[in-house]
Amino acid sequence: MIPEIGHYAAILALAVALVQGTLPLIGAARGDRAWMAIGSSAAITLFLLVALAYGCLTWAHVVSDFSVVNVVENSHHDKPLLYKIAGVWGNHEGSLMLWSLILALYGAAVALFGGNLPASLRARVLGVQAWISIGFLLFMLLTSNPFLRLFPAPPDGNGLNPLLQDPGLAFHPPFLYLGYVGFSMAFAFAIAALIEGKVDPAWARWVRPWTLVAWCFLTIGITMGSWWAYYTLGWGGWWYWDPVENASLMPWLAGTALLHSAIVVEKRDTLKSWTILLAMLTFSLSLLGTFLVRSGVLTSVHAFAVDPKRGVFILGFLVFAVGGSLALYAWRAPSLKIGGLFQPISREGALVLNNLLLATLCGTVLLGTLYPLALDALTGQQVSVGPPYFNSVVIPLMVPLVGAMAVGPLMAWKRADLAGALARLKAAFALAAIAALVTFWTVYGGSLLPVLGMVLVVWLLLGSLIEFALRVRLFTVPLTQSVARAWHLPRSSWGMTIAHMGLGLTILGITISGTWSSDHLGVMRPGDTAHLGPYAFTLAGTAPVKGPNFTARQATFDVTRDGEPVAILHPETRHFTVPPMDTTKAAIRSSPFDDLYAVIGDADGHGGYAVRLYQKPLVSWIWLGGAAMMLGGALSLTDRRLRVGAPGRKRRPEADPHRPEADPHRPEADPHRPEAGPPRLQEA
Amino acid sequence: MRWKFALPLVLFLGLMALLLCGLGLDMRDIPSAKIGEPVPTFNLPPVGSLPGLASKDLGHGQVVLVNVFASWCVSCRQEHPLLLALKQQGEVAIYGIDYKDEPAAATAWLNELGDPYSRIGDDHSGRVAINWGVYGVPETYVIGKDGKIAYKQIGPVTAEALRDKILPLVRKLRAAP
Amino acid sequence: MAALALALPVVLTLVLALALTGVPAPAARAFAYEAPLANPKLEARADAIFASLRCLVCQNESIAESDADLAADLRRIVRERVAKGDTDDQVRQYLVARYGEWILLKPRFEPRTLLLWLGPLFLLVAAGGGIAVYFRHLAPAGASATAPLSAEEERRLRALLDDESAG
Repeated sequence: MIPEIGHYAAILALAVALVQGTLPLIGAARGDRAWMAIGSSAAITLFLLVALAYGCLTWAHVVSDFSVVNVVENSHHDKPLLYKIAGVWGNHEGSLMLWSLILALYGAAVALFGGNLPASLRARVLGVQAWISIGFLLFMLLTSNPFLRLFPAPPDGNGLNPLLQDPGLAFHPPFLYLGYVGFSMAFAFAIAALIEGKVDPAWARWVRPWTLVAWCFLTIGITMGSWWAYYTLGWGGWWYWDPVENASLMPWLAGTALLHSAIVVEKRDTLKSWTILLAMLTFSLSLLGTFLVRSGVLTSVHAFAVDPKRGVFILGFLVFAVGGSLALYAWRAPSLKIGGLFQPISREGALVLNNLLLATLCGTVLLGTLYPLALDALTGQQVSVGPPYFNSVVIPLMVPLVGAMAVGPLMAWKRADLAGALARLKAAFALAAIAALVTFWTVYGGSLLPVLGMVLVVWLLLGSLIEFALRVRLFTVPLTQSVARAWHLPRSSWGMTIAHMGLGLTILGITISGTWSSDHLGVMRPGDTAHLGPYAFTLAGTAPVKGPNFTARQATFDVTRDGEPVAILHPETRHFTVPPMDTTKAAIRSSPFDDLYAVIGDADGHGGYAVRLYQKPLVSWIWLGGAAMMLGGALSLTDRRLRVGAPGRKRRPEADPHRPEADPHRPEADPHRPEAGPPRLQEA
Repeated sequence: MRWKFALPLVLFLGLMALLLCGLGLDMRDIPSAKIGEPVPTFNLPPVGSLPGLASKDLGHGQVVLVNVFASWCVSCRQEHPLLLALKQQGEVAIYGIDYKDEPAAATAWLNELGDPYSRIGDDHSGRVAINWGVYGVPETYVIGKDGKIAYKQIGPVTAEALRDKILPLVRKLRAAP
Repeated sequence: MAALALALPVVLTLVLALALTGVPAPAARAFAYEAPLANPKLEARADAIFASLRCLVCQNESIAESDADLAADLRRIVRERVAKGDTDDQVRQYLVARYGEWILLKPRFEPRTLLLWLGPLFLLVAAGGGIAVYFRHLAPAGASATAPLSAEEERRLRALLDDESAG
């Protein structure tokens, strides 16, 4: 009964989405307020219905209702409750359900908190969003229905792939989807703006918070996914340039570019048609990623079950959604007026450079991901494009990007003094040079990549700190005054500094752990000791253990440093029966300084076991850097400036939301104020 | 200048056309690098009572199939009846390479399911299979009269593959001078 | 929105804390021991070669990080060839002869990969060129901006205006 309610709710949701996708758009075209208002109530209803459907599916999983195909295929009586809940989105059908839920959630958020948007813009945004909901609900109901019944019901299910039974993996898809789907807001805003024929700073302010939210979620989703790969795959690797990873990286790169170009629209009322295009492309890349992952055109370790019918459907939807929006763009974008002018050497110029490099990076990842497919389709020849390719093309693009990241924030709007900006980075330059020499001396004879990495790290971290120090006039005014200035600094400034430094920390982690890790691969018997860096790993013994749905052999490693105990590690080899599969579980002791990583393999038949031990210095900074980037984004989100577009601030006296500059209470709106830009040379 | 705003649309539609072609492709289907090349030189000991298999046994004006199998391989069971039926028809000889297997286990397996092979080589280490470019079992090769590899079937032989690809190719190769 | 933003770090911290406390995490398949080459320099070379070769069974891992049987076999072959004195390229060619170019994770620079290798550069130059054109278009209008034009800009502006009147 309950699955039928869910099924019914999903069908009803589709009907509501059809209403939401038509009436408000017609209303906005005619200027009919009542029809426009339908959008909000429809969006909330849509969310409630999808949530009901989702709840019913979750219920079927939790109570192990094996009359539902989806539950049989992906669940099992013995599965822990956590994975029964997470198992809902651990499969293709359920993940579509989650995708639809999040989409409806964003729509409802616009309906509830978008009270300060002009009625026509809100109606159009909701209308466009509804069409994406229609696409996904249709896709789910027609090709991937999770509510299908099975008769007679089998006594038990097939279980969930043991690799997927892991908290890190279980909880990173919702974050990824919050990111992918969140970009649908920017997409909907872009299309609404094209329909209205108006893009102005107010528009940028409305779009930016939604983009920031999506970007934060995607950042954390990617970070968690990478961390999962690190501790699950058992080789200490954390990024494989796998098509599924690339599918998440492309919208992230485009979204990052969008965040930066939206600043230019907001501050300078220019770069409009490019920003609109970027907003559409960012979500299109999310959709493309979905296609690539689910259609089976690309092989991937993470791929869902393959069904060509699904591929054709998503392809059709892509042509409709993305093709339609790009056609609208081709038609309407030429009429967008060019706004504020600027010189190439300026803050705008730096942001354009940022966009150029990020867009090229994104295009490169797309090229590398699709090239094997393209070559096969056109010539029938096979080629592999793997990590060595991506590393060799991405690193050269990262160098100027990171180089500019330290300089850009020091440049003034409109026309800047590059020499002056560089002069203020003297200290960063000097220390980067020292770092280069020290690293070169340390790795002498080896690869020069660590030298490059360390130069970038020092340059970016120090450059960001210098910019921040100049902003609060550290050392030029009394310290208390500097602290007060820092306190009153716009949150978006804090956000930028923290996010930029986050990237620096990630590069630090990549460089140090990639260069100075030690490992030991060999056979160890109980009592044997292996030495890695300053640590001694002693295999104390092994013992059988029993988990909820597996049996395992657990090893105990005593790790000491100079005779002092540091950690006890318990790696396992596990044997799952449903489905039958042997896996290994790494044991990791993480710390800010280094990770100790142990994996145990097969017995050699003479009392010894194959082991892999790693000591990876600073490796956790790869993900802490990702967390810092997200934190920076979240801080930016709380900026006062964004509350114009941010929901739930209706009490503010809004004169005309289309002209934020008209409001004298928002001094940051003026790009010439020192708070908005960096202190210029004469002030420093 | 209006055309440049249509550029994204044009590029996108191109990409979609590409993906549509891509949907029809199986990227997992990797053609052998050794098509058209002579079989690698090898000499494998026999399994059970049948003669072993060596490169000198291939060619000599005879078209044969070489099937790489193992008793532990699940999909080999799936194709096995087809191979037995093929032997019954007697249209083409099937040679086996027993991949990373215990000869005793392979013999028991063939006793249980029937033996479609006229020769079997025991590739205990799997090294010969690597020289052939095998990356999974089962794989089936069509060897021409000149001892060159003409085709490689990845995965189990199916009735369709036999009917549409393998047998027509065998006949064509046999008819060739 | 603000509340959401504040909730994010909290959620993140919880998730990370949960993860860092070492909740069990299953991993790749079981593996057996492989003897490395006695000469650490050769072993390092072999390691580097592993990372450049695709594991054909798993399809998206290199043989350096795969627990598949075939990957172990290929590692053994790579070690043997390195020990025999093959160069890195000879080792790779040995496997390409058997499995095709597809085994190389880093495709060679050749006509059919031309676009792959030059694509990023092309993108950068094309987009950069587009931006340069954009700035050239803005240059004459830039006269109305607050900043006066430099001598160089004046010259370019005049050249541009001349072009237009000529055309």
